[in-house]
Amino acid sequence: MAIIEVRNLHKRYGDTVAVHDVSFDVERGEIFGLLGPNGAGKTTTVETLEGLRRPDSGAVRVLGLDPQRDRVELRQRVGVQLQEGRLPERIKVWEALDLYASFYRQPADWRQLMADLGLSDKRDAAYGRLSGGQKQRLSVALALVGNPEVAILDELTTGLDPEARREVWHLIRAVRARGVTVVLVTHFMDEAERLCDRLAVLKAGRVVALDTPAALVAAVPARRGERPTLEDAFLSLTQEV
Amino acid sequence: MPTVLKLSIVEIKLYLREPLGVFFAVLFPAVLLVVLGSAIPAFRDPSADIGGRVPIEFFFPIALALAIATAMLVPLLNTLALYRERGVLRRLATTPASPAALLGAQVAVNLLALLAGCLLAWLAGRLAFGIPLPGNPAGFALALVLGAAAMGALALCLAAVAKSARAAAGIGQVVYFPMLFFAGVWTPGPLMPAAVRRVADFVPLGAASQALQDTWAGGWPRPLHLAVAAASVALFGGLAVRFFRWT
Repeated sequence: MAIIEVRNLHKRYGDTVAVHDVSFDVERGEIFGLLGPNGAGKTTTVETLEGLRRPDSGAVRVLGLDPQRDRVELRQRVGVQLQEGRLPERIKVWEALDLYASFYRQPADWRQLMADLGLSDKRDAAYGRLSGGQKQRLSVALALVGNPEVAILDELTTGLDPEARREVWHLIRAVRARGVTVVLVTHFMDEAERLCDRLAVLKAGRVVALDTPAALVAAVPARRGERPTLEDAFLSLTQEV
Repeated sequence: MPTVLKLSIVEIKLYLREPLGVFFAVLFPAVLLVVLGSAIPAFRDPSADIGGRVPIEFFFPIALALAIATAMLVPLLNTLALYRERGVLRRLATTPASPAALLGAQVAVNLLALLAGCLLAWLAGRLAFGIPLPGNPAGFALALVLGAAAMGALALCLAAVAKSARAAAGIGQVVYFPMLFFAGVWTPGPLMPAAVRRVADFVPLGAASQALQDTWAGGWPRPLHLAVAAASVALFGGLAVRFFRWT
């Protein structure tokens, strides 16, 4: 059974259509990627899953719940990392984790999460003094601290150096191994290719392709004897022809 | 631990790390009282008109009304508006934390700071000018907490709708000065025209100021003033939760 169902989702802001007609299912336990150029509607789509935005039309179900009507229950069971979400400048790392853990019925051990994300030596550092990568790792930790069944991660590794990115990938795989379903918004091809079981490629508010990374690459004809990459597949799907 | 308690503890810590907030709520009332009392000799010299007591004694409850308005309208409004502007609220919106817990924690923190400030102001007044204890301490405490809750609810209501920190500060000023006027900061006690006093009875801070003055003098708050404060808490608090926006 699909753990997330999106059917004919539409969302416009004034005259701008952000999401034109998006449908997809996410299965339990998979890492599902949303890939697309800036303004393709990725963030709007996940924000309707999180209940932060109300769809103009279409149906969204997460864990069988309506994100608007059942928001209280949904928030217990879905962990979210926002592209633009911040913490107070003077809150310390451990205070943020301890506070967010207190919001949930069955929180994870935040000390363990802090260690897993390499933040233990920043335990007493204020949020405002963390580097971009450290803020990002804390943000991932806060998304996981409620022991969610679904984790929605927007721009997961933006601002991280290559080593930190690989550590976060490793962590996401470990999270999935615990049975958590992961929805990942990204514009990094290598991240999508290595991490995601399936990908939906968005363009101008529509899903233009939905398949495994390997199948998306296989669909691209080889040119000049070069082996096509996911980036070639992405470009051929999203560029104007 | 309940969310609202945890949030309050964290907010208290953040509050103490922000020197400006500490100044406005905790130190401001004492500084105001001492500066006024020292700058204007007529304030601290015993006057035969009032039975040989010091006039600043009568100004003390009004100074506390001013402290209520300052503590509630400046740091509370500012914090919530900044939280919204910087996406702190947006981040919280994805968690099970409720708006009521968040708003409750903000009022609790500012109320504690205010009470600390009032205590400090009384101590300063005691040491500098020998002001007495409130004539009716229980009634005075009731008037103080209820008045602060009424202004806190009003501030939350404004913070719920203000789009940016700048807008919140602007709206805060527009409400702040008329509130001080009705509290009698410029026209204490008998100097206030009767018609204005009639209006002041129905203004949250005006009612709080009257109740503070009545209990300071040894009486009980008038039912009208208690009703105005309670109605303000219910009305503005309800509106704040109803119209609260995370983004």
